[in-house]
Amino acid sequence: MLVENLNIETHLIPVLKTVSDPEIPVLSVLDLGVIREAVEENGIVHIKLTPTYSGCPAMDVIGDDLKKAFSEIGKKAEVELILSPAWSTDWISEEGLQKMEKYGIARPLSESNDKDVLLGDKKLVKCPQCGSTNTHLVSQFGSTACKAIFKCDDCQEPFDYFKCLK
Amino acid sequence: MNFNFILKEMKNQQLYNYILTIADNSLILAQRLGELCGHGPNLETDIALTNISLDLLGQTRSYYQYAAKISGENKTEDDIAFLRIEREYKNCLLVEQPNTHFGYTIARQFLFDVYHLMLMEKLQNSPDETLAAIAKKGIKEVSYHKRFSSDWVKRLGDGTEESKAKMQEAIDDLWRYTDELFFMTEAEKEMTKEGIGINISAFKEKYYEEVSEILKEATLTIPENKYFTKGGKEGVHSEHMGYLLADLQYMQRTYPNMTW
Ligand SMILES: [Zn+2]
Repeated sequence: MLVENLNIETHLIPVLKTVSDPEIPVLSVLDLGVIREAVEENGIVHIKLTPTYSGCPAMDVIGDDLKKAFSEIGKKAEVELILSPAWSTDWISEEGLQKMEKYGIARPLSESNDKDVLLGDKKLVKCPQCGSTNTHLVSQFGSTACKAIFKCDDCQEPFDYFKCLK
Repeated sequence: MNFNFILKEMKNQQLYNYILTIADNSLILAQRLGELCGHGPNLETDIALTNISLDLLGQTRSYYQYAAKISGENKTEDDIAFLRIEREYKNCLLVEQPNTHFGYTIARQFLFDVYHLMLMEKLQNSPDETLAAIAKKGIKEVSYHKRFSSDWVKRLGDGTEESKAKMQEAIDDLWRYTDELFFMTEAEKEMTKEGIGINISAFKEKYYEEVSEILKEATLTIPENKYFTKGGKEGVHSEHMGYLLADLQYMQRTYPNMTW
C-alpha cells in the first residue's frame, strides 16, 4: 500500500516510476516504498530515501539512478538517506507484490506466519511457479539480505521468498 | 576558547569514542565473515554468513557517518574504517577471533549475537536520535542473525559426535572473551552518565542466562571457566588483529585516497 500521508508531489511520480530496484528490476522505487518524501523547491528535487536493509548495496545505485532520471528531464535531484522510521515490507504496494510474484519471488507473509515458516516447518509460502504451498525452506538467507530460499515439493522448482520485515 | 566550548568538545570526543566502541565490533566481525565469501562449507551457509557480514557493514557505515559528522575534523567514514592504527580500534576480542572452523565461526557469532541484540534493544530508546534510528533499523537484522546462529549451535551441538565435540571446543575456547562484552570503557561510562549510552553491565546476568539456555538445548556443557581475558575495547588486541587489519586496510594503504 502506498502510504497516503507521504509527501510525494504528484508531478514527480512519473519520473520516480522509471527508477527501479536494481536487484528486482520489475519493482519501481515507489512500489518498494523506499521513497519517503519527494518535493521540488526552487528547481531542485529533494528526495528522502530509506534503505530496505542497513547494508543494502542497491541503495547507492538507487540514489545515483534517481539523480540520473531527474537530470534527464533537466532537473537536479538531491537524495538524502534516512533510517527512521525503519522500512517495512508493509510498505511494498499491492501492485508491487503482484509484480514480484509474477517475477518469481514469493510475497512476504504476515509476521507470525513468516516466523512459522522460517523457524518451524509450516508449509505456507506459495510457490510462484505453480501456486502450491507444499514448499520447504532451503536457507534462511538468499541471494540478497531481503530474501530466503525455498523449494517447491510439487513442481520441484527452487525460488526466492521475500522475508517479512517489520 | 571558553569553558563551555571545551566542555562541549570533550563531550563530543566521548560520544565519538562511544560510537566507535559499538561500531568497531560490527566492522571487525563483518570483515571476519567477509573472509568466508566463497569459502563457506556449503552454498547456503556461505550466503548466510556473507549476508550477515553485509548487514553488519551497513550498520557500521551508519555509525561511522555519524562519527565522522561529529568529529569536527574533515573525516569521512572511510578514514575511520581504514586509516586507524591497531590501538585505535575499540572492538572486543571476541569478534576478531579467526574462522578456525565452521563451528568456531558459529560459536563466535552466537556469543556476539545474543549480546548485540540486547544492546540494540536498549539503544533504540536512546535520546540520541541517530543512534536510536540505527539501532531500530539494526534490531530486525540482528534478531535474524541470532536466529541463524543459535539454530546452528543447536544443530551442531545436538548433531554427530564430531560436530558436538567441535562445537563444545569452540564454546569452551571463546568463553573467555565473553566477559569483556560487559566491560565499560571510560566513554561508555561517561555516555551512560549523560543518559545517551547504555549501561551494558546491567544485562550481563540476563546474557549468561540466555546463552546457557540455548547451550542446554544444544546438549552442550556450559563452561565453568572463570578465567576471562579483555583488552580489545581499550585497543589492546590479540595477535590475530594485525593480520585482519592488514587485509582490511591493504587497498587504502597501498593506493592512498583511492575511491571506487
Ligand atoms: Zn511449484
